[in-house]
Amino acid sequence: MKKRLEAMNRPSRPRWAVLGEKMLEGVIRLCGISAIVFVAAILLFVFREAAPILFGDRFHLKQFLLSVEWYPTSVSNVRYGTFALTVGSVSVTALAMVIAVPFGLGAAIFVSEFCGRRMRETLKIVIELLSAIPSVVWGFIGLTVMSKLIVAYTAAPVGVNILNGGVILALMSVPIIVSIGEDALKAVPDSYREAGLALGATRWQLVYRVLLPAAKNGLLAAVLLGVGRAVGETMAVLMATGHAVHIPHGILDSVRTLTANIAAELGEAPVGSDHYRVLFLTGLLLFGITFAVNLTAELVVRGIRRK
Amino acid sequence: MSRDDVRKKIEVEDLRLAYGSQEIIHSISFDVRENEILGIIGPAQSGKTSLLRCLNRTIDFCARARVSGSVRVDGEDVRQMKDVFALRRKIGMVAPLPVGLPLSIYDNVAFAPRSAGLTRKVELNAIVERCLRQAALWDEVKDRLDSLGTALSGGQQQRLTIARALSHQPEVLCLDEFSIAIDPVTTMRIEDVLKTLRREITIILVTNLNQQARRLADRTMFLWGGRIVEIDTTEVVFSDNPANPQTYDYVRGVFG
Ligand SMILES: Nc1ncnc2c1ncn2[C@@H]1O[C@H](COP(=O)(O)OP(=O)(O)OP(=O)(O)O)[C@@H](O)[C@H]1O
Ligand SMILES: [Mg+2]
Repeated sequence: MKKRLEAMNRPSRPRWAVLGEKMLEGVIRLCGISAIVFVAAILLFVFREAAPILFGDRFHLKQFLLSVEWYPTSVSNVRYGTFALTVGSVSVTALAMVIAVPFGLGAAIFVSEFCGRRMRETLKIVIELLSAIPSVVWGFIGLTVMSKLIVAYTAAPVGVNILNGGVILALMSVPIIVSIGEDALKAVPDSYREAGLALGATRWQLVYRVLLPAAKNGLLAAVLLGVGRAVGETMAVLMATGHAVHIPHGILDSVRTLTANIAAELGEAPVGSDHYRVLFLTGLLLFGITFAVNLTAELVVRGIRRK
Repeated sequence: MSRDDVRKKIEVEDLRLAYGSQEIIHSISFDVRENEILGIIGPAQSGKTSLLRCLNRTIDFCARARVSGSVRVDGEDVRQMKDVFALRRKIGMVAPLPVGLPLSIYDNVAFAPRSAGLTRKVELNAIVERCLRQAALWDEVKDRLDSLGTALSGGQQQRLTIARALSHQPEVLCLDEFSIAIDPVTTMRIEDVLKTLRREITIILVTNLNQQARRLADRTMFLWGGRIVEIDTTEVVFSDNPANPQTYDYVRGVFG
């Protein structure tokens, strides 16, 4: 009797299947871990390049973060203050988001809830095309088309400035916000829509009473990916913002961003020099900023969830 | 009350419904009288849910559905109505599987009144409490009205949808197999509620439990394969000699 029971309990699947499953699991685990390893390795590499100056005695962290004087190649008076660059990055990104978030989310809502099937397919293709344009082309548009427009319609002396960079970045992040936002809205089950409409809600009431609360995490993720794109973008802002290191007084002032600065100067800084290391440190600063943005967002999302 | 002064709340005439090329409801006609409970019984797939969806035009959401014939509510053809939102508030609908909106319990119940434009907190509070009491849910949730409706148990969510359907003071309440996810005791409590509503609003009760129709309905309709086999007072439908022998078999469960 006991023997029979044991025979019944024994797994009937062949050994190779069990082994195969184990191996597959291992491979997947490896993939997951390797993602973390790569991020850590990149961080470590950047840190290693920056470390000598960070811990050297000629360097003042406070000056690095808060001074607006950036004279990396000056012979007599070398200064590495990145505050103006940070302000440049933040201002261009902020302007881009002010433009891109309403447009992007609005478009996502329209595409997902209000337009017909034909229209939706067309719009999605156009949006996809928009996101496939390389950033150097965007920079080119900023440099030639946008800047002429700005000079023609505003009092700005030059056309490459915060406004130009902000608009270009907005155009670049809108496609991301739209496609991720639309996915988030599409993921809301249709039964919610039916239930809401069956209670006599109009389509707008449905959108802001049911769909936005239900999709808020996904929509926030869409916005954040847009922000990430804008903060990290280099080529387009390098070409469109004017490359002037100073604190801007309005959106028609030229600025330089952290990313553009690294791209423009790293090639000319001798490997191992102070300048070279400070640029890597700037990279770390950039990393810190994006990390802070993501962390805030994560906390916001959790806060919303708990509510 | 004689036959003639009974007001007709809903008149369905020659209603046909097809999903794509497949006709599901084949030319049915019947009335729902004001303030009665009309039971609708019938085997699975007979088109009961589809029929209800024609009444408040939630069938519009299904792009493949083709409706012909007429459904008149208070004498007005629903398909000619401009304000379909008002129609849907007039006809409350409870689906067989509860769909708690991803909102708090309070907001779930206050959803329809708010959509209709009500904003005063005092009135909303009163409505929420009244409806939750009517749905026999108030005592269980009164201390956590702010927690998510979707976090309730299945049976509680079902009662939440009943409370929600009552929140816009519908003139007609359609219940589609509401007791699927509810235990017998709670079912009885809700049945009592329906009995108290009987003379105030019109109720259409789709049910798989023949005895439930027998307990509650004034008249009962037996729908089978998209056709009305019989519609008559509940006593006749459940009696030993209904007009149609198939009805006799179905209500006794010897239907094959
Ligand atoms: N959205 C739809 N698209 C296509 N066919 C549908 C759709 N909804 C229902 N049907 C079909 O219509 C028929 C009737 O369905 P309906 O849900 O109205 O039946 P029912 O009487 O409510 O059944 P049950 O007792 O199982 O709830 C079924 O054959 C079903 O497959
Ligand atoms: Mg059904």
